[in-house]
Amino acid sequence: MLGPLRGTPEEIARKRINREPWPVLAIGLPWATIMLASMASFSPVIASAPVMPPFAYMMLLAWRMMRPGMLPLWAGLPLGLFDDLYSGMPFGSGIVLWSATMLVMELIDEKFLWRGFVQDWLAASTLIAAYLVLTSTLAGLAVAYPLPTVIVPQLLISVVLYPVITRLVALLDRIRLLPLKRI
Amino acid sequence: MARSQDRRPGYSRRAQYGIFTGYVVAILGVVAGVAVLITSLVNPDAFSFARSAAAEVARPVGRAGATGRTTGQGVFAAIGAYFNAGRQNAELRREVEEARANAVSMQSLQNENRRLKALLGIVDPQRKPIATVRLIGSTAASTRRYAIIDAGTSSGVRPGLPVRAASGLIGRVVEAGPGTARVLLVTDPENVVPVKRARDGLTAFVQGASNGRIDIRLINQGINPVKAGDIFVTSGSGGLYPPGIPVAVATEPHRDGAIGHLAADPADNEFVIVEPAYSAAARAEMEAIEERGAKSAAGEP
Repeated sequence: MLGPLRGTPEEIARKRINREPWPVLAIGLPWATIMLASMASFSPVIASAPVMPPFAYMMLLAWRMMRPGMLPLWAGLPLGLFDDLYSGMPFGSGIVLWSATMLVMELIDEKFLWRGFVQDWLAASTLIAAYLVLTSTLAGLAVAYPLPTVIVPQLLISVVLYPVITRLVALLDRIRLLPLKRI
Repeated sequence: MARSQDRRPGYSRRAQYGIFTGYVVAILGVVAGVAVLITSLVNPDAFSFARSAAAEVARPVGRAGATGRTTGQGVFAAIGAYFNAGRQNAELRREVEEARANAVSMQSLQNENRRLKALLGIVDPQRKPIATVRLIGSTAASTRRYAIIDAGTSSGVRPGLPVRAASGLIGRVVEAGPGTARVLLVTDPENVVPVKRARDGLTAFVQGASNGRIDIRLINQGINPVKAGDIFVTSGSGGLYPPGIPVAVATEPHRDGAIGHLAADPADNEFVIVEPAYSAAARAEMEAIEERGAKSAAGEP
């Protein structure tokens, strides 16, 4: 439940017993929110410079770090494909980089199993930096024009905003697990 | 945190196979992605159908957003206007007086122009805009600079057509779906526009730098005569962009040209105009390219 629980303990117990999360929400919400974040390019902001952080990618990382094993290992393939439709990068860069990210996250889980928030943030910052550098390199390949420094502001904003995204994902996770279905 | 339960399959064959298949699909994803990426680097239009279909789906969201953007800007502008209303009022009064005087002299100049043209037998080509459209989205998170407009082939918008706002050039259409089209903004490094200095016709070209600024480069190298504040307009060479549309204002002159600001920031313009290609030759070439069906006019200046 969101917020502090109100009512007498009997009422709350009555509301929670015999209930479980609604499967559509429990499984579908991470996918839906990441895809919605991919569509953030249809926001009211018309930018003439790359300023918006890659929200969809950050969302993927946040979900993956919060609930390892909930998104399947192959989730990078369909989600990256969807992101490619809206991102404006050369088609396929999302598929490659998102699939690779899922594999790298698996490796990080293997090597550094016990992580705190700071380590998560560090890992996410490294991955976001690598993602931004690689996408801008691929975009530079497509236009044969080097794009070296344009991503710096975007990178800084992304690193600073990552904790905010994790808070948002934590909130969404509580919504995901609302006991809505009667058994 | 502890390793999650489904990563420790134990002796369950089914769980072991599940994990193995996951790895196989993820690695296949990387391989397939590389193949798709190479295809799209070699032929950038290969997946345009998928992108335009996706843009069609997101069109209502973008339209709602575009309306919200104007309303939001209106609110801020209204609040801001209260703070210096008095000073602004006096300034505007003076400007209106000046503009009135200018309008009268402009009218007489126009009349004279028309008379002289009639004398010489020059017929102005009639160029009606193809569509007036909304900007409904942009690739704000990407180093490539595209915007999406809410009209497509059903309103006559085709790849290659120039797009402008009231105050200057926005870009050109690169992909068109039935109800949406993708515009390559002037700030994208792939977009090269032939320009001339408005004052004296000094020729140059403009290339996007992808960071909101644009690079103005002179065609005739030598001593750089560009000064901060110089305005560059389209020269019309190449036949695609009509001549005389403002493109850039030079801000920082350097050895080979200058860094400039956009004349028309896409963020400030809710409505933009899709214009026909300027010269008949360019129009004919675009039609020929479309008939061949191979590529859009991506390489055309």
